[in-house]
Amino acid sequence: MTNKKRIEAHDIVIVGGGPVGLAAAVEFSNLGIKTILLETSDSFSDGSRAICWSQRTLEIMDRSGAATKMLEKGVTWNQGRVYLKHHEIYNFDLQMETDLKMPAFINLQQYYVEEFLESHLRGKKLTDIRRLNEVDDISITENKTALLSVITPNEKYEINAKYVIAADGVNSFLRKRLGLETKGKKFEEKFLITDIHVKEPYPMERRFWFDPIFHKGQSALLHVQPDNILRIDLQLGVNADPKIESNPTRVQSRIQKMLGENIDFDIQWISVYSFSCKRMDRFVHEPVFFVGDAAHVVSPFGARGGNGGIQDIDNLVWKLASVLKGLAPKSLLKSYDLERVPAADENILNSSRSTDFMTPKNEASKEFREAVFLLSKNMPFARKLVNSGRLSSPHSYHNSFLNSKDDPAFIGKGPIPGSASLDAVLGLKSTEVWLLDYLGREFCCLVFVNDSILSSKRFEEFRKFVKTLNPQMNLVMVSRAIISKNMRATVLVDKSGKCFNKWSAIPGSVYLIRPDQHIATRWKNYPELENLEQAFKKALGHCEGK
Amino acid sequence: MSYFFADQNIEAPDDFYEMLINAHDGLSNSDSRLLNANLILLLANQVGKVEILEEAISLARKSVIER
Repeated sequence: MTNKKRIEAHDIVIVGGGPVGLAAAVEFSNLGIKTILLETSDSFSDGSRAICWSQRTLEIMDRSGAATKMLEKGVTWNQGRVYLKHHEIYNFDLQMETDLKMPAFINLQQYYVEEFLESHLRGKKLTDIRRLNEVDDISITENKTALLSVITPNEKYEINAKYVIAADGVNSFLRKRLGLETKGKKFEEKFLITDIHVKEPYPMERRFWFDPIFHKGQSALLHVQPDNILRIDLQLGVNADPKIESNPTRVQSRIQKMLGENIDFDIQWISVYSFSCKRMDRFVHEPVFFVGDAAHVVSPFGARGGNGGIQDIDNLVWKLASVLKGLAPKSLLKSYDLERVPAADENILNSSRSTDFMTPKNEASKEFREAVFLLSKNMPFARKLVNSGRLSSPHSYHNSFLNSKDDPAFIGKGPIPGSASLDAVLGLKSTEVWLLDYLGREFCCLVFVNDSILSSKRFEEFRKFVKTLNPQMNLVMVSRAIISKNMRATVLVDKSGKCFNKWSAIPGSVYLIRPDQHIATRWKNYPELENLEQAFKKALGHCEGK
Repeated sequence: MSYFFADQNIEAPDDFYEMLINAHDGLSNSDSRLLNANLILLLANQVGKVEILEEAISLARKSVIER
């Protein structure tokens, strides 16, 4: 081994080819940036693992066109039912609004998501996916780049990377090699998680049982996946022995009891586990950025693992792309920590609470839970206390240093600075279009207009000014009525007024929106041009800590 | 449906429930019950109105007896 090893140099290296790593590649590719993706295994996920993909995840994927296949194959569900024994305590509909492009959730096996993302990337040719490439060492150079040592079945080589995305999962090698750790809480309770194939299709809804007749004193969760696959989670108690519980004959009899004697099924995948809610202190260790399970883990109740990871990518990639293209200062990258650490805490808090509710720790908590169940029969307030999982929703970065102060004229209504944009159905000529499709991949000014605003001198100045901004800014206009003037730019029409209402807008309201569709700030009435420019700079990370 | 207790009124239900459960950490069962009794009295004082308390007491009792 006297030969000098090959050293490659790349801007962005993604380590880990799970859904989060692949989503990072998709986002970079969508922004025109080349990446190298290193993945140890040569196949997609073994077992379905992450299955619930949230509206926000679908919106993120849809920006690059990667959601189409997921929606085609996935099982769409908006409803859930919660049972105590065999009585339904309540049911819920997550999609109360009808004017959103994406459903509340789809269920889709992780291996399908990985396959679809990878095939999407193959068409784009900006991502070099290297399977059977294992990272076996990492060091940080004097220039703050990362030196990765990579082994393949045939060779060993090195990569000098400007930035590394560590998407290498819950047992992250990069995290360990850099001497970093995750801290948090470990739950003792054991759960059986299994995928089974059934002959007859099941209703497309989430079902949760507390103390079911078929599994006394424990809890059970059922999700429907494509291809007539059911995901079942059964709580097993603290003392369950994973070896005994993962025996297929035993699993078979437990599931038979749950589904009924006359239901035929085949077991596809079994796992017995206990979980943790943990995170790293910080996710940014330049030049390495930790994302997904490598940075934080949660219990599965709430679908906050995979979806949290995708939101990490949503948050990180435009920032890295802007810095790499020289459009934003490096201080922008710090905001990844400041925005995603609280998001991880929110996910950890919610999934810990759900787990605590399922596994009461003392007499008092058992009694209160019993009381909640009793009262929930007739009292809506008590149903709010029943916790079978608080399902993933986009985190709002309302304390971020990238935001500018909210305009008090909104009196807190509509999406506040830091929150994700709200979709709406709008008209364009004679077709229906979705607002989120028009926000684009750059910064965006969403302006609510009417005829008189559009023909005003002030608006002309505003438009000219927006065009001069660097990096580029999109201008999206929404009006209640079809604009009579022959405009060069497109104006989307909000006939029903729902979009104006949802955004708490009046003609003249302006929202400054980041490339990840989160709101940087807003003005009820036109901002001064200098205020817009200031807010724009702030959103690009120019005023860190101010 | 009762008059006073039909609405969902707790501001942040999950925050409240966590607080309530955590309050019992490290207490014996009898101390736990005493804590609950204290809590009821404190909250009753906050509610004040006898007709509301009467309804709450009757709803609570009914839900246990008719279980």
